[in-house]
Amino acid sequence: MSEIVLAGGLVMTVDGPVEADVKVVGENIVEIGRKVGRGDADVLDCSGCWVGPGLVDPHVHLREPGQEWKEDIASGSMAAAAGGFTAVVAMPNTEPAVDSGHIARFVADRGRAVGIVDVFPAGCVTAGREGGRLAHLDELWAAGVRVFTDDGPALFDGGVLRRAMEYLGDLGGVIAQHAEDAGLSGAGQIHEGEVSAALGLMGIPAAAEEVIVARDLAVVRLTGASYHVQHVSTEGTVELVRGAKADGLPATAEVTPHHLSFDHREVLGTDPAFKMYPPLRSPDDVKALRRAVADGTIDCIGTDHAPHAAHEKDVPFEEAPRGVIGLETAVGAVLGAVGLGPEELFDRMSVAPARIARLSDHGHLLERGGPASITVIDPHVEYVVDGFVSRSANSPFLGRSLTGAARHVLLRGRITLRDRKVEA
Amino acid sequence: MKHFIDIADLERHDLESLLDEADGFVEILERPIPKVPALRGKTVTTAFFEPSTRTRLSFERAAKALSADTMTFAPGTSSLSKGESLKDTVQTLEAMGSDLLVVRHRAVGAARRVSEWTSVPVVNGGDGAHQHPTQALLDALTIRRRFGKVEGLHVAIVGDIRHSRVARSDVLAFSALGARVTLVAPRTLLPVVTDGWPVAVCASLDEVLGEVDVVYLLRVQMERGGATVFPSLPEYVSRFGMTRQRFAALRPEAIVMHPGPMNRGVEIANEVADDPRALVLEQVAMGVAVRMAVLFRLLGGELDE
Repeated sequence: MSEIVLAGGLVMTVDGPVEADVKVVGENIVEIGRKVGRGDADVLDCSGCWVGPGLVDPHVHLREPGQEWKEDIASGSMAAAAGGFTAVVAMPNTEPAVDSGHIARFVADRGRAVGIVDVFPAGCVTAGREGGRLAHLDELWAAGVRVFTDDGPALFDGGVLRRAMEYLGDLGGVIAQHAEDAGLSGAGQIHEGEVSAALGLMGIPAAAEEVIVARDLAVVRLTGASYHVQHVSTEGTVELVRGAKADGLPATAEVTPHHLSFDHREVLGTDPAFKMYPPLRSPDDVKALRRAVADGTIDCIGTDHAPHAAHEKDVPFEEAPRGVIGLETAVGAVLGAVGLGPEELFDRMSVAPARIARLSDHGHLLERGGPASITVIDPHVEYVVDGFVSRSANSPFLGRSLTGAARHVLLRGRITLRDRKVEA
Repeated sequence: MKHFIDIADLERHDLESLLDEADGFVEILERPIPKVPALRGKTVTTAFFEPSTRTRLSFERAAKALSADTMTFAPGTSSLSKGESLKDTVQTLEAMGSDLLVVRHRAVGAARRVSEWTSVPVVNGGDGAHQHPTQALLDALTIRRRFGKVEGLHVAIVGDIRHSRVARSDVLAFSALGARVTLVAPRTLLPVVTDGWPVAVCASLDEVLGEVDVVYLLRVQMERGGATVFPSLPEYVSRFGMTRQRFAALRPEAIVMHPGPMNRGVEIANEVADDPRALVLEQVAMGVAVRMAVLFRLLGGELDE
């Protein structure tokens, strides 16, 4: 069996952070301690680094099946490993949509065949993501799906949401919502505010997100089902989630690295690299999001990695597809925006998202005998973002400087990233 | 000045020197043979990706008065219907020998994007609800020639400001030239935020009638489905239409302007549209002169008199 020693990092163990080596044999951790025996082990230098559970992204678009020119499960898995992830939850807005068991199995099987990152398909709540009749929820559950969402359009019909929550509540899954009121967002392109007014672009008011979250939380109160707000973008949503948690509701939330990093003034140049839904919000919203990640009101980071081909984005802003990639820049962006310590970072990017997405093999603080799915983060490395492993490059961070990145990654004892290079 | 895309890119003295240049072209256009050889051998291409008649014809007239050749791109009969991208289309037009592109497109920022894809000067002929900078120039020239100045005048811009590239351009140009601007519209037709705009805002046209020098009426965009932004056309007319009664309440030297095409009986009463103090056709005439000034400036022409 292969032996690996992660040498000299600050290790996030079940007993707290310790300066230690971590020895891995096969798929498991066999020892955490000072100066573990190295023998013939493959030694990975972790000095100055944080060693913790493999990162988990609860929100990615891998585009397979159906839009492989943007990304596929192989290229998306490589991008995930490059960003430090050992598990991703793949959104169901593929073509066809993941609304029945065999499509979910296809995605999971492709992920396993590629083998660089664990790919967990999310399933649709409604057939074809059309918001009407329920998808094949039992089939999806049997295929391993635990996160259910129509991501893209919000589940608009409160009655459908209620039935889905009741049905999935029995099984134990979580409903994740892209909160956007279609009427309020209308033909909106960017955050409604002084930038939209100056540019003559139609705006998406913060209320477009907040009315859906407020309504959904009332239905959570009615059903008791688990509910997760995807990509929170406004201060008002943060307050709604804070209140729901104070009331003991089973509600969780994620935020993207780009919503923590940029505000709507970036859009003044009408560069389509800054076009995404929800849109970049006001500076006050960004501040509120950063505080909410720091204090845990927002549980976790989800990148909403949304690849689009260069020619699709090389058009005027209004005609560009929405979405930006995020896997490879997530660690640097989050560290730059929020300045989390190592324990908080691994909580928001591994422990919490694994718990929310019900990924039982991920998100465990390190301990002897535990699974060797480990990410080593160098919080000090400085670099300019100048290219991507992903098939697409539609990133608002392109050309920017970031500090902090994943250095090594192990997936069940297998090295998938070594010194920031993906080992496929 | 490499491109002419956004009034915000210009300083007051840039605007004034373009207006001065345009004054000279007004004089040339009044000659028996209204044509100069300034841009002989140059090719000006109008690439209009949304329907327009007056602006495109005005640019072509301006180019011809400067002896430039013109090419016209018409989307209805082009490769656009075969799915060609905007980028490929404009690069094709450049490769055919265009020395300057006039671009109109329904998307905000389109002209700016085009200027990044080509090496020739780009003139913005209108990008979504963002900018229509030659319209602002012609409006400013019309006002300046009427009053001898723009500084210190009070201009009310009335109507659908939210969706209007004309209003966004005029606000910047008029205020840069020293005018006072008041926006008059219901909340549903105002920009959602006007903080930081160099304007006052008023919900009643009647309140400002007696104190303005210029009433600038915007077109009610019927195709936008007015019913969702105001209750009905008669209600719009009753609050914001330039009726005969309101026209009579204007100061005697005040003028009425409109970018066209007009909806007679809606934003402007039939009789007002035909009154000598409605300068709508004067605006059209000034449009040719200011576009000559812009083309001349960007293509580095020389006036050999």
